[in-house]
Amino acid sequence: MRPPASRLERVEAWGMSSASAAYVYRPTSIEGILEALKEAEECSIHAAFKGGGNSYGDAFQCAEGVVIDLSRMTRILSWDPATGVLECEPGVTIRAAWQHTLPDGWWPPVVSGTSFTTLGGALSANIHGKSSFHAGPIGEHVLEFDLLTVTRELLRCSPTENSDVFFAAIGGFGLLGAIVRIAIQMHKVHSGLLEVEAFRTRNWQSTFQVFENYEKMADYLVGWVDCFAGGRSAGRSLIHSARYLKPGEDAHPEESLRVSAQALPDTVMGWVARSRMHKLMRPFVRPLGMRLVNAMKYAMSRREHGTRVRQPLAKFNFLLDSAPNWKLAYQPGSLIQHQSFIPKNEAMTVFEKIISLSQGRGLVPFLGVLKRHRPDRFLLSHAVDGYSLALDYRKTRSNAEDLAALIRVLDDVVLESGGRFYLAKDSTLTPGSASRIWPQETVEKFVELKRRLDPSGLLQTEQSKRVFGDFARLSWDERPQVESP
Amino acid sequence: METEFKKAIVVGASSGIGEQLARRLTSMGCKTALVARREERLSAIAADINGSTLELALPFVHDVRDFAAASELFEQIVAKLGGLDLIIYAAGIMPKIGETEYDPEKDADIVRVNLIGAMAWLDAAAKRFERLKAGTIVGIGSVAGDRGRRGNPAYAASKAGLECFLESLRNRLSQNGVSVVTIKPGRIATEMTQDLGTMSGMIDADRAAELILRASRRFGKTAYIPAKWWLVSKVVQTIPSFIFRRLKF
Repeated sequence: MRPPASRLERVEAWGMSSASAAYVYRPTSIEGILEALKEAEECSIHAAFKGGGNSYGDAFQCAEGVVIDLSRMTRILSWDPATGVLECEPGVTIRAAWQHTLPDGWWPPVVSGTSFTTLGGALSANIHGKSSFHAGPIGEHVLEFDLLTVTRELLRCSPTENSDVFFAAIGGFGLLGAIVRIAIQMHKVHSGLLEVEAFRTRNWQSTFQVFENYEKMADYLVGWVDCFAGGRSAGRSLIHSARYLKPGEDAHPEESLRVSAQALPDTVMGWVARSRMHKLMRPFVRPLGMRLVNAMKYAMSRREHGTRVRQPLAKFNFLLDSAPNWKLAYQPGSLIQHQSFIPKNEAMTVFEKIISLSQGRGLVPFLGVLKRHRPDRFLLSHAVDGYSLALDYRKTRSNAEDLAALIRVLDDVVLESGGRFYLAKDSTLTPGSASRIWPQETVEKFVELKRRLDPSGLLQTEQSKRVFGDFARLSWDERPQVESP
Repeated sequence: METEFKKAIVVGASSGIGEQLARRLTSMGCKTALVARREERLSAIAADINGSTLELALPFVHDVRDFAAASELFEQIVAKLGGLDLIIYAAGIMPKIGETEYDPEKDADIVRVNLIGAMAWLDAAAKRFERLKAGTIVGIGSVAGDRGRRGNPAYAASKAGLECFLESLRNRLSQNGVSVVTIKPGRIATEMTQDLGTMSGMIDADRAAELILRASRRFGKTAYIPAKWWLVSKVVQTIPSFIFRRLKF
């Protein structure tokens, strides 16, 4: 027995590097989710939850199974401008959330590089932002949520109630159930503007020095790294540090807090429609073109160095939205990102090695982004007290094998240094990687919770089958075989 | 546009070109369902393949004459594979037909295996691929389908019908990103052609499979295997009918 063929759809990784067919359900209520789960159970196929579909890899894919897309559960259930507590359904996007709360002086405590992430998805991936080094991941700001489990329980979870589930379902990629109601503490802001400073650095050493100098005083810190630079220039970067304005610093906060004051312009440079930017970018998204773009960006950063400007919160945070569908510039081909999290004492050496290995194999990342992080209490945490380097690689038919080989080498380098990976960006971890990323007792604890909340192992994604191979087999003997690497 | 195959079905995989296609696909890491009637041979081939490629070959016993069962089996296989990128219909028969033999049962059987079986399997694939806007359908026709030669009327008609069917599918599906590839083999050394003896320009089934997979990666391609048969076929097609009817081949 199969679900209706009319529900069969192609579900593609955001980075376009993989796709699979699944029976897609788009419920607008808990009843709708239950119906989809029932369908999966009756057909003896797996099910997975999907939010905005912004994970780069296969975190929301469930080949030939049921994909329950929660992006239509978009109701804001309550908003208290006095306390800044927002209560909503999981399909509410970060964009919808800040547009609702900013006029009252509240901004999401943690945001991703795109505002189209749903809050349900953001919790499931436990996203971090450029404020990760002091704000931590989004889970740290969640007051409570309701988790609908396969066993048909509706569990209220908070740091004090069902806390084991709270710390595992956040960052659990929907494998323990569906987050159907979220209460989150927004961050008080006194202006819709940030004060942003720019620093140009000449090499890895000065890049890390700037991060160390500013991590105490900045609210946001992010570095763009020129991955094409080598030798003594390796690690040269343009770093942006930003801070929220204090009361009184913005003479007219009521203006900057307006949603319209945050709007990104419709055109770039006054004449290219943002929606068409990817077409303009495409000829440059090639090794030679990107070498040129990176070199030019670094050269032009000379003028930006040392400047201090005020920028709308949305403009600073949602850089990825400034060119919608920019991933299409990678076609023909796709985009994979390798983001590694390395303890601070090892970070410089490891990142130097990663870039150098990539350059040595002629597979230079087109974009490199450096961020600072701190540890958190979540079970499947990706963060360490250290740094992350996110590298965008273009995958083509001709370089696919070489790129896969390079990534395997990079993964070993990361894991040997005690590093971790962020599953929202992952599409390449080899089968069974979970036990290499997290301590054995952590994986066992997650398996235990999974057995309790999803005893039949109904909820599985292509990523979970790949990364938690052994765990999936333990949960459900009938599951499809894990593919060979 | 070139395509990478990760999950495939080969119908008619127990011998000849189909068997070699299955062997080549699995050797490239493609999880492949082998569909064929002869259980023993099918199991032996799958076991042989799996001995060296981590269980990438999944055998399914099925007689393509059982049209009604094709759609359900197709769904089962796709579920088992966890998806589908490519389907190749390689099943075919070419029984020996006497020069003065007119046997409607024999002819109907050829059409059942070579054409109606293909329709049953490829329709199921077309429906899925059209919905997903992706996928590759490959049908193995024959240069014999280019003209109505005197030797085996039903075989020629079945292959001509198959090629026309594939062209129609291509015209329907190409706008949806689905590639329909027609393969027109010339002389290939297989069990089916062993009665014809060794002929000039004959290639073995493994080489044919290599060329077929290469052609299958090209969107909407019609390919003669080997390529020189394109020229031979064009020449044959230009022969006027009043001369053609006097030719012995």
